[in-house]
Amino acid sequence: MANWTETTVNVGGTGVVLIRGGSGKPLFMLHDELGFPGWVTWNEALAEDHEFFIPLQPGCGKTPRVDWIRNYRDLGGFYARMIREMGLDPVNIIAFSAGGYAAAEMAAADPGMFRHLVLVAPMGIKPEEGEIADIFPLTIRTHMRATVADINTPEFGDIYGGEMTPEQFEAFEDARAEAARIGWEPYMHNPSLPYLLEGAKGLSALLVWGSADAIVPKGCIDSYKGAVANAQVATIEGVGHRPEIEHSAEFVRVVRDYLAS
Amino acid sequence: MKLAYFTERPYRWLDEDEVLKNKAFFALSNQHFDHHKAADDYNYFLDEYCYAEELGFDAVALNEHHGNPFCMGSVMNVEASILARITSKVKIVLIGNPLPVIKHPLRMAEELAEIDLISRGRLVTGWVRGAGSEQFFNNANPAYNREMFNEAHDFIVQAWTKPGPWRYEGKHFHYRHVNPWALPYQKPHPPMWIPGVLSPETVLWCAQHRYPYIGLGTALGPTCDLWDIYADEAAKLGYQAGPENFGYLIPSFVAETDEKAQELGRNFVYGGGQNAFSRPEHTLPPGYNSKGAIKMLARHPGGSWLGVNPDKLREAKDGELRPETDYGVVRKKLLSGYQKVQNNHQLIIGSPKTVLPKLKLLLQILRPGVFVFFNIQGKVSNEDRLTSMRLIANEVMPELREYAKEIDLPDSYQRTPGSVALQTGVSPAPVADRGPLEELALR
Repeated sequence: MANWTETTVNVGGTGVVLIRGGSGKPLFMLHDELGFPGWVTWNEALAEDHEFFIPLQPGCGKTPRVDWIRNYRDLGGFYARMIREMGLDPVNIIAFSAGGYAAAEMAAADPGMFRHLVLVAPMGIKPEEGEIADIFPLTIRTHMRATVADINTPEFGDIYGGEMTPEQFEAFEDARAEAARIGWEPYMHNPSLPYLLEGAKGLSALLVWGSADAIVPKGCIDSYKGAVANAQVATIEGVGHRPEIEHSAEFVRVVRDYLAS
Repeated sequence: MKLAYFTERPYRWLDEDEVLKNKAFFALSNQHFDHHKAADDYNYFLDEYCYAEELGFDAVALNEHHGNPFCMGSVMNVEASILARITSKVKIVLIGNPLPVIKHPLRMAEELAEIDLISRGRLVTGWVRGAGSEQFFNNANPAYNREMFNEAHDFIVQAWTKPGPWRYEGKHFHYRHVNPWALPYQKPHPPMWIPGVLSPETVLWCAQHRYPYIGLGTALGPTCDLWDIYADEAAKLGYQAGPENFGYLIPSFVAETDEKAQELGRNFVYGGGQNAFSRPEHTLPPGYNSKGAIKMLARHPGGSWLGVNPDKLREAKDGELRPETDYGVVRKKLLSGYQKVQNNHQLIIGSPKTVLPKLKLLLQILRPGVFVFFNIQGKVSNEDRLTSMRLIANEVMPELREYAKEIDLPDSYQRTPGSVALQTGVSPAPVADRGPLEELALR
């Protein structure tokens, strides 16, 4: 699986490291708060008919931190500029967890930027019921384990198994530090986001959620469903916060169907 | 040299098993808090500080921690305010106010000015970043900890020295009208001593500001390394660092006999002692440490952070649920550590006759201008705590003072930190004596 390359794109003076791979319609992907986990099975499958554009979030290791980005709305604004300057809009986007929070901010500000919006277990809205798990007072290993329902999932082991190297430890710490920096308070949500999404005319979204998600509760999905008039929910049974890893076949099926709609 | 008295004001009424079960003092439920006992102890500890003055200590030192029975001082400015009124001679040393977690530097400037005024200029104000757990307790963004520390410090100095009213719009703090009416008694402002546990960034910052750095019971070898970092930075800035730039705090307990001191001294590891301050996940919040510190931790886990040791970090990293814990075994392990730290002179326990040469050795190696005695933790009676203070004051301090004179350890009042000029290009004179480290196999 090496159907990708790494390049750098200048966005307002910041060299954003960008993973590109596959062919077909552009698919802009925003990774989660633990950093980009690497090109895995679901990427390879969707790359058959999509070209991935995966920016590595500023401050999460390879792309330098951008000091003026102080919250997820700022981050969304940064990515929006990137998409516009690359001439990708309107584009399909798929975004995970805190990456979904940034994508939702972008959609609220400019719904016309997206053809399709896929939010996988997105943070960003305070759930009416339940709480977004507090990931900061956790060690890296505990946090990672909480993201899946079954830690014996083979691909999870491929990505995160074995002894953590010093480089991996640093990369995780970078990503977690950046998530804390821009998402500490209010904790991983923006109180105005649901109201702004309500007014985002013409926006449609697919919300993908694992029924055993221990990080983002169902209440978040319900809140998104309430805020985005044209949203559909795909629940994948028995998997946690990483449905793309724990049940990649089903994940690819629902996402592909939606993107083709 | 200044000799100071310090206590964490430990909460002494816990079942130790509760702390061991929680694997730390921080995050232990406050359902175990007894307000009657705490009322007695808050008053007792104030009396203890008065007793320190009576015994002839030059200074009393306070600190604060949050949500933690390891230290009952949650708002040290409250205690400092009372001491400002009920003591008359001792310096009141704050080591220190956690600026980034308090998040209100203007209020801090006002509180401290009042304390300095009430005490008629006896305040020594220190600053800290706040332990990792404090970031959670106060919901302070750990990724901005150092930025907020620096900005709050700079703001407070300005609030005390720049005539108001003026407007302030910084990165983290914003004030429309800065004009605190109460300004400090001391001019231009109270002295600042900065405590730390081996962060090179803090040491460099101290050297740049010519503030004394107080090592908090840190291992001797690494402490000497930090002293050198300070002295090298000082040399770059054109001054020779000396004892006036350094202080050292040492956990110490003295009783009439070695046997009794050793028996009671075990309370320094009560509940796991300092290493059980907080669990690793609370000690190292994301973004709290610098990139350099994270690199060091990635390669040498178990380094220098309060509450982290290699075993605990490994356990947290593995994230495995442990079988039923045998607390007897845990206690035995803690006691083996008790002896180990004594061997390394990081804990000084014994009769006056036993502790004196050890304390002199610390002065010889580290050459501090300020030396702070940190009284016992755990369940030790008032009487035994006071006895230790009395024995230190009457049977240890006189000889230590003589020795400090003999080896020339001026404090920051006798010689202003940063006042000894050093020509550009001249290497600084040694600030520590590493000789005994090798001789005695101290690390």
